[in-house]
Amino acid sequence: MRCKASGRLHSLAARSRDQETTDRETALTATAGTNGFVVFDHVQKSYDGQTLVVKDLNLSIGKGEFLTMLGPSGSGKTTCLMMLAGFETATHGEIRLDGQPINQVPPHRRGIGMVFQNYALFPHMTVGENLSFPLEVRGMGRAEREARVVRALDMVQMGAFKTRRPAQLSGGQQQRIALARALVFDPKLVLMDEPLGALDKQLREHMQFEIKALHERLGITVVYVTHDQGEALTMSDRIAVFNDGRIQQLATPSELYEAPENSFVAGFIGENNALHGTIERLDGVAALVRLGNGELIDATAVNIRDVGQSTLVSIRPERVEFKPELMPSGAHTVEAEVAEVIYMGDIFRARMRVAGTNDFVMKYRNTLGQVRLSPGQKIRVGWHPQDARALDPV
Amino acid sequence: MATPLDPHAAIVTHAAGQGAAAEARPNAQGVLLTTADGQPLARALTRSRRRARRQAFLLVLPLLAFVLITFVVPIGQMLQRSAKNPGFSDNMPQVSAWFDENPRGAVPDEAAFAALAADMAAAAEARTVGIVGTRINYELPGTRSLFTSTGRKVARGIEPPHREALLEMDPRWADEELWTAMRNASTPYTSSFYLAALDRTRDSAGDVARVPENRQVYVMLFQRTLWLSLLITGLTFVLGFPVAHLLATLPMRRSNLLMILVLLPFWTSLLVRTTAWIVLLQQQGVVNDALVWLGLIGEQGRLQMIYNQTGTIIAMTHILLPFMILPLYSVMRTINPSYVRAARSLGATSWTAFRRIYFPQTLPGLGAGALLVFILAVGYYITPALVGGSSGQLISNMIAMHMTETLNWSMAAALAALLLAGVLILYWLYDRLVGIDNLKLG
Repeated sequence: MRCKASGRLHSLAARSRDQETTDRETALTATAGTNGFVVFDHVQKSYDGQTLVVKDLNLSIGKGEFLTMLGPSGSGKTTCLMMLAGFETATHGEIRLDGQPINQVPPHRRGIGMVFQNYALFPHMTVGENLSFPLEVRGMGRAEREARVVRALDMVQMGAFKTRRPAQLSGGQQQRIALARALVFDPKLVLMDEPLGALDKQLREHMQFEIKALHERLGITVVYVTHDQGEALTMSDRIAVFNDGRIQQLATPSELYEAPENSFVAGFIGENNALHGTIERLDGVAALVRLGNGELIDATAVNIRDVGQSTLVSIRPERVEFKPELMPSGAHTVEAEVAEVIYMGDIFRARMRVAGTNDFVMKYRNTLGQVRLSPGQKIRVGWHPQDARALDPV
Repeated sequence: MATPLDPHAAIVTHAAGQGAAAEARPNAQGVLLTTADGQPLARALTRSRRRARRQAFLLVLPLLAFVLITFVVPIGQMLQRSAKNPGFSDNMPQVSAWFDENPRGAVPDEAAFAALAADMAAAAEARTVGIVGTRINYELPGTRSLFTSTGRKVARGIEPPHREALLEMDPRWADEELWTAMRNASTPYTSSFYLAALDRTRDSAGDVARVPENRQVYVMLFQRTLWLSLLITGLTFVLGFPVAHLLATLPMRRSNLLMILVLLPFWTSLLVRTTAWIVLLQQQGVVNDALVWLGLIGEQGRLQMIYNQTGTIIAMTHILLPFMILPLYSVMRTINPSYVRAARSLGATSWTAFRRIYFPQTLPGLGAGALLVFILAVGYYITPALVGGSSGQLISNMIAMHMTETLNWSMAAALAALLLAGVLILYWLYDRLVGIDNLKLG
């Protein structure tokens, strides 16, 4: 394994972008089945024997993929990561890495790099010694170790900090070192457990970009855990949204945002308006929904089967229109009373009373000559039917 | 010198009023910074700092006085006593003067005996001859009665020639060793107690020589004290480390219970714990009974586990265990478990992760615990006295004996001073090797 891994940093970095992209695409298509690079096969986990923290997890991650596990705290995402790393054992089911079951493999023989939430840089060692540690325990010679440490430090632009102690570094610098340490031994898979949680906003965004760039450059497989949806959307190839021990939806960022499959995903990712109603008419996926106050709206049925079923219609604030010329002809509109308008620079954010709810939000661009709404104003709002998704009620 | 810029300086100056003694100096840029009302900034800063410092000093003053009166002064006196004993020189001025005038090795002549007779008469008159005898007795055991009896006889009257007269009273006055002992005691400041504490003495020629083999005891006791203290420190580490680790990693409820088990012996009286060990370890005790009942040893082969070194080691290890566990625990609690996880994920076996990552981070606690246990063990007194028998006695028992039984306080002080010096040297070594700022007591 050691021989195979050595020099990968070099060769991969030198590889052309096109080659990589095609590689990743083929890898992604291969994930449809259960023969991915990392496979969770009916995995369950319980800590107390009474409740399941992870309920029947099936997930296949392709080689070279950047997969994010996203979810609120307590949704089981970190437990999944810990099972993959080998710090927790699966109560039931099988986890496979590169085709090999790894349930019984101890963490140190899995060859998985990991970046921890608090970085976990060894405080009694210098940066160089921290990076050298995984190479030493693999019995690598001094010269080779030195070369690799220098290469890994240069990779994260920290070459000048080799003799510093972790305590002498800022949060962002520690983050880079933790990243370099997880990559220095050329792991097949890198796990990241909310690695940017402790950084301030600006640095976090910068590091998101860097991690993403490193992933593209090295072609490694990354499993990333976060509760920050913005981070998940920016970085991932695919996102697995966790809630209550289950994957609610596994999709690409755009799919997840634009076509959420259930009301949890719709509510968890991005800002979202939710209107309660019942299905009045169903014609394929085109649905007519009667709201609580008797008004009718158009929607796209997602997981709706019958007329008369109660539903939760989800509409993104930026897809709500109030100018008739921007709505499709013949679309149903609903009455809205503006409650509050917030000026946000690039956009306006209007909170309105619609069909009995007080927090229906519409966002519209601050373009030249844009109509200025004021509180108390009564308007009619509408949308394209495909933007309103009729989901199961929670 | 760059003048530090303190944003509060101006405010403090207003509050403190006018007038300050500090020297005003321009800062690095050559500009003299002033406060809002025109005083030099440096002066205002010094004034405000001095006030704070004075207040802090007043707060610690009671403790400082307490420590000075009850600790520093008595210990200073004790240490002085180890090098100063005027029991002979004060009461025998004429003999002491003769020793001053005549070099070492000079045969005591008639003048010396005359001085001795005069001093003895005066001492007998002043009832201080016992003090003199006691002082010489330290150097040469068995000579106290010589002084008291001769004192009585001299007081009744003595005729010259003094040499013959004194020798008639007791022929031991011709003993060369006795005169060497008196010469050694003839100055108030003496190194003889320190020499004795190292099993050495000054012979008639004034050279340092070893005392006869049957009287050599202190060096052996120092060695034993050092060795047993190291052994006990090692044992508390071996026994305490896993316990401290358990304490730090168990869930709160169970670790609290375990903590009570660790602390319970700590809260009970030292005497109770020590006597409990006597009950357990004596020949007809619980452990021996159990072993006989199990058939592991015969009735004749009952183990001697108490009133010897084994007893001292077992009881002291038990008593000092919390001093190792508590600092270790307090350090281990702060070690994030993700360090070991990180090491494991980087490819280290659990043993390597422990050795390279976990253990080095517990060193501050280990250092503090080891230093604490070692220093306590070196000066331990009550447990060896109760369960040590003769082979389990430590140097502190010898100090106690000189304090309470032989009343040779100078000897006790010399032994204590050597012990203190030994501990300080070890402390210094520790500082050089590990660094004292790496110490964490809690």
